[in-house]
Amino acid sequence: MDTIITKSQVADAVYAAIPQLACELPADIAAGLEAARAAEDGPRGRAVLDQLVENARIARQDRVPICQDTGTVWVSLEIGPGVLAAGDVFADVDDAVARAYDEARLRKSVVRDAVLDRANTGDNTPAFCDVHPVDEAGTARLHVMLKGGGSDNASRVVMLVPGAGKQGIVDELVRCVREKGANACPPLVVGVGIGSTFDKVAGLAKRALMRPVDVPAADPRVRALEEELLEAVNATGVGPGGLGGRTTALAVRVATAPCHIAALPLAINMGCSAMRRCTVDLSAEEGLCHPERSAQRGFEGSRAASALSAAEEDGNVPLDRSSGLAARVGSFGSAPCGRPAQDGKSEGARRG
Amino acid sequence: MASVDPVRLTLPLDRAALADLEAGDACLLTGPLYTLRDAGHVRLMAELEAAGGQLPYGLDGQTIFYAGPTPAAAGRPFGAVGPTTASRMDFAAPALHRAGIAATVGKGRRSAEVREACAATGSVYFVACGGAAAYLAKCVASSETVAYDDLGTEALRRIEVVDFPVFVGVDVRGRDVYDLV
Repeated sequence: MDTIITKSQVADAVYAAIPQLACELPADIAAGLEAARAAEDGPRGRAVLDQLVENARIARQDRVPICQDTGTVWVSLEIGPGVLAAGDVFADVDDAVARAYDEARLRKSVVRDAVLDRANTGDNTPAFCDVHPVDEAGTARLHVMLKGGGSDNASRVVMLVPGAGKQGIVDELVRCVREKGANACPPLVVGVGIGSTFDKVAGLAKRALMRPVDVPAADPRVRALEEELLEAVNATGVGPGGLGGRTTALAVRVATAPCHIAALPLAINMGCSAMRRCTVDLSAEEGLCHPERSAQRGFEGSRAASALSAAEEDGNVPLDRSSGLAARVGSFGSAPCGRPAQDGKSEGARRG
Repeated sequence: MASVDPVRLTLPLDRAALADLEAGDACLLTGPLYTLRDAGHVRLMAELEAAGGQLPYGLDGQTIFYAGPTPAAAGRPFGAVGPTTASRMDFAAPALHRAGIAATVGKGRRSAEVREACAATGSVYFVACGGAAAYLAKCVASSETVAYDDLGTEALRRIEVVDFPVFVGVDVRGRDVYDLV
């Protein structure tokens, strides 16, 4: 029987995810920062990691934003066979974003037009949404990311020549990290897209950021490439805050795709130390959702306001309210080589 | 050798004290900072030019913090706040230093023009920890909007900070902490 995904399901999930993401680091990132701190011996890098770990604790406990740049809202829906998205499933997302940013006192960081009218829209809308068909029966996965401007600004797309090969990719990534890494708030999570076309490769890099830093790629060739790239990035010594140290990046996440015989498209999407993203399984019981695969840190997807008021009352974050449903991790980064990216809807502002 | 024990500095900064700082030194700032970022800089530069190089709003000798805070939650003096990328304000910093701005606070590397302006005017650039906005907000005692209120988060605000942690990014000799890495 077909599962139908409605616009209110999508909007409710986005509404619930926003304050949670803004105030609490995903478990994989929090653990990554703790491990980086334990390993750090650069004095300034160590000071930065001390601040970042303490910052995450304060943000979680006091329910204040981890970073003042509470981002633009990026939403990506993956649907598989047997799942129907009824009409414009993103129709209510902007309303959810406006309410969540107002109620949770988050920063409004969107201007009306990049060049023609840089007046702030005042409610952090529009969100940037797209939908992707996947070949997994029954799948209805919603990815939500709050993406900061500084790290997106440090990103790039480069059309390499095929002859540049793997070394060309390593060299370009190291160049990007040396030139722009400090602006992107390291320790970084680096999303790398390789292949497809000029317009699609950036989406590959962004979606690669969804895979947790402690989940290796399914394809051993991708896994080896990720390890090589991470080693090269950390060998730069750029370090936490760009001020020198061992850990410049917690992870490099790679997604690859087919491409033209003449091409080697490469996209690097920098993610900051506050890599705020979650994956919600919409195919599960209505109204319940999960950040990533995390069973130990579930949250109720009904009302962000109730979570906030609960947090205000006891000064803590609701933990272990797991519904017991196993949320699946996004397939973007862990898909085998050669799976093309399919854009059902181009990424971009949905409303002027 | 850069100092790891923090140097305590009072705002507005004493130029003589700045001369002793070296790129990489850890410092704790106490006193007023003025938050200003992209859109606010465009306005401030226009006002500076209109006034023949005179800084408005009592900014002479003050320190600009490149930041746009979140709105304050109920019962708190201030929202979350942290540094934004300083290089976007490189177009304005040399002129602002010549007009009397003693220091800036942000994140990331500055241009050669900014380093030269620091050396020429005895000014410094401080680096704060990006992405530590809940932590840094604890250092903010009070806040008031000074100008450009219509810009929302990008308004000019005067905030009082206590023991606000930074590193010297560019010192008065124009040396850059990112070159030490």
